[in-house]
Amino acid sequence: MNRRRGFGFHGGIEPNSYKSETTRLPIRVAPISEELVVPLHQNIGGTPRPLVRVGEYVFKGQRIGAADGNISAAVHAPTSGHVTALELRQVPHASGLADPVVVIRADGEDAWMAPEPFDWRAAPPDAVRDYLRDAGVVGLGGAVFPSHLKMRPGDADAIDTLILNGAECEPFITCDDLLMRERAATILRGASILARLTGARETLVGIEDNKPEAIAAMRQAGAGMAGVEVVVLPTRYPTGGAKQLIRALTGIEVPHGARSTEFGVQCFNVGTAHAVADALERGRPLISRIVTVAGAVRTPRNYEVLIGTPVRELLADAGMMAGVERVLMGGPMMGFALPGYAVPVVKATNCLIAWTPGLLPEQPEERPCIRCGACAEVCPADLQPLELYWYARGNQFGKAQEYGVFDCIECGCCAYVCPSNIRLVDYYRYAKSEIWASERDKARADAARARFDARNARIEREKSERAARVAAKTAASRAAVSAIPDASADGVSEPSVSNAGPASGSEAAKHALIAQALARVRARQAGQDVADDPGGAAGAHQPGDTGHTTS
Amino acid sequence: MLLPLLIMTGLAIVLGAVMGYVSVRFRADSDPLVDKVDAILPQTQCGQCGYPGCRPYAEAIANQEAEINQCPPGGDEGIRKLAELLGREYKPLDAAHGAEKPKSVAVIDEATCIGCTLCIQACPVDAIVGAAKQMHTVVATLCTGCELCVPPCPVDCIRMELVRDTVDTWKWRRPIIPIKAVA
Repeated sequence: MNRRRGFGFHGGIEPNSYKSETTRLPIRVAPISEELVVPLHQNIGGTPRPLVRVGEYVFKGQRIGAADGNISAAVHAPTSGHVTALELRQVPHASGLADPVVVIRADGEDAWMAPEPFDWRAAPPDAVRDYLRDAGVVGLGGAVFPSHLKMRPGDADAIDTLILNGAECEPFITCDDLLMRERAATILRGASILARLTGARETLVGIEDNKPEAIAAMRQAGAGMAGVEVVVLPTRYPTGGAKQLIRALTGIEVPHGARSTEFGVQCFNVGTAHAVADALERGRPLISRIVTVAGAVRTPRNYEVLIGTPVRELLADAGMMAGVERVLMGGPMMGFALPGYAVPVVKATNCLIAWTPGLLPEQPEERPCIRCGACAEVCPADLQPLELYWYARGNQFGKAQEYGVFDCIECGCCAYVCPSNIRLVDYYRYAKSEIWASERDKARADAARARFDARNARIEREKSERAARVAAKTAASRAAVSAIPDASADGVSEPSVSNAGPASGSEAAKHALIAQALARVRARQAGQDVADDPGGAAGAHQPGDTGHTTS
Repeated sequence: MLLPLLIMTGLAIVLGAVMGYVSVRFRADSDPLVDKVDAILPQTQCGQCGYPGCRPYAEAIANQEAEINQCPPGGDEGIRKLAELLGREYKPLDAAHGAEKPKSVAVIDEATCIGCTLCIQACPVDAIVGAAKQMHTVVATLCTGCELCVPPCPVDCIRMELVRDTVDTWKWRRPIIPIKAVA
């Protein structure tokens, strides 16, 4: 059975896994909270547009936020009840800032909306992708990238290998482990849907060898399926990184700036496959996920939690102990401390760790970098973390980019092995967000420059058009003067040669012109109301067009 | 004796012709130095530097007519970038041209607006929409925060609002290394 042994990848570490305590109990369905707070922006890309109003009744699974733009995914009501607020509230983000949320007061009925029948086998691929977008399916491994964008049948890059990521390499996190143990069949049904949608011929499930129960369950469920193979990989952090897993399973090293699809490989998390099966087979949008609750709680275990459940209630159900100083979302390597306990569980929440002093080894004081190179040895992205550190610290972001700071997956291996205890990832995050900010500023400046130039060009054009009109009018008047030969020929008085114009302007001609102008004005006043009086918009001012034809 | 003279004269004529042709054929449409300076300027088009827009100021800098420290929106960082580009000495921002302020955008109190279009005419980047005797409003994503629309408003209904960080624009801070007294 175990044909493949894996190819391995560069670097990585083997930290203590801390996984055993949360795998003893089965998944528990978390109680429905009285008030659910559903952030609209739970995916990478555009913030969904809210579809509900305050006071409206929503059914469980009803769409409350529609995907906005190309990169976006919908959000849904996790239970039935009334929308009590659409406001800004603190969300689980390292910034601790507020973002738009939909607050739903549960009515306790937990009534599903009427299912929309959808036959994904018969529907065209684009319709299936739109369906998944509207079912809010995003990558549940933590990146929350909209899944429908990862399957584009008919693209130039044909997919032949589908990879299911069940590696779950980060300490403490066991949500994928338990999902594979308990719902292996659904995961593999989702995988076969994904394989069909992407056109993949073979499906590889990568699982680390510290999860024997999950491996057994997946092998049993996949026994009768053609083209599905469960590959056991050595436990090594970060096997679960997409590029690392692809390298470990296929030997393909996806280079800088390239996508795995260019090499015929696409990777999904096992949780995402489960969500795809739920959405397409049962018409159930993504409204819940498995969350590991670990650390200083009485019953560390995995929960199936409705999106929007306040973290506080989940921790209370698990029995949070006294002395918890902060709660981490995600694992100890890549996670961040939650800004508060009122924030909701979102699609990206895979693990909550109640942190007390002594749970993890203390981070000693930072000391100067000695350029030992230990970080480069463990870097799974084959970067030079110490160079990146120096450039980020010295605000030389261009250099940091040259050295591939955007290839950094922020796994934290470098910081883990650093003998000087430098929090290296913080420097890379700092450099990345500074670069993103300056790119945003640059885009804004370029747009402002273009608009400024366009405005100047418009003003210039209007000015020259006005000058041209005046010139045309003058020319017409002159022509009118010269067209009255009898007036000048009669010569009431002697022609006074004006020093301004070449045209011989006799008094009679002038009188004739004035008479003409008066006639024009009278004609205009008679013909139309005084409606073209400019209100002030000089920019948009168009002089009356009654003008320059001689009447 | 005559041959070298002829050769040199001939060469001079040929090369001169080539250079003359090249200078016409491959003429640079705009001064590349002006473009580089303009790329550093923040494109606020606020005129605080004393020139009617960023590009005129860039031209003045490139022609050595203006100092590099007259742009408050560009701030200290902008001055440093200009100093580096032009090989000039860094100077602190000239207070006569204003102070560096956090980024803000103009907001029109729509209930008070009388629709006079004065702000529309003042806006250097056409970021205000509206028509005569109709309510005006600022397109926040296009506003550069130049404040040029504020003084012309006859009813003082335009105020500047600070741009606050959102989850999308928030930045990780530079890690701080605590300094400890050793002795």
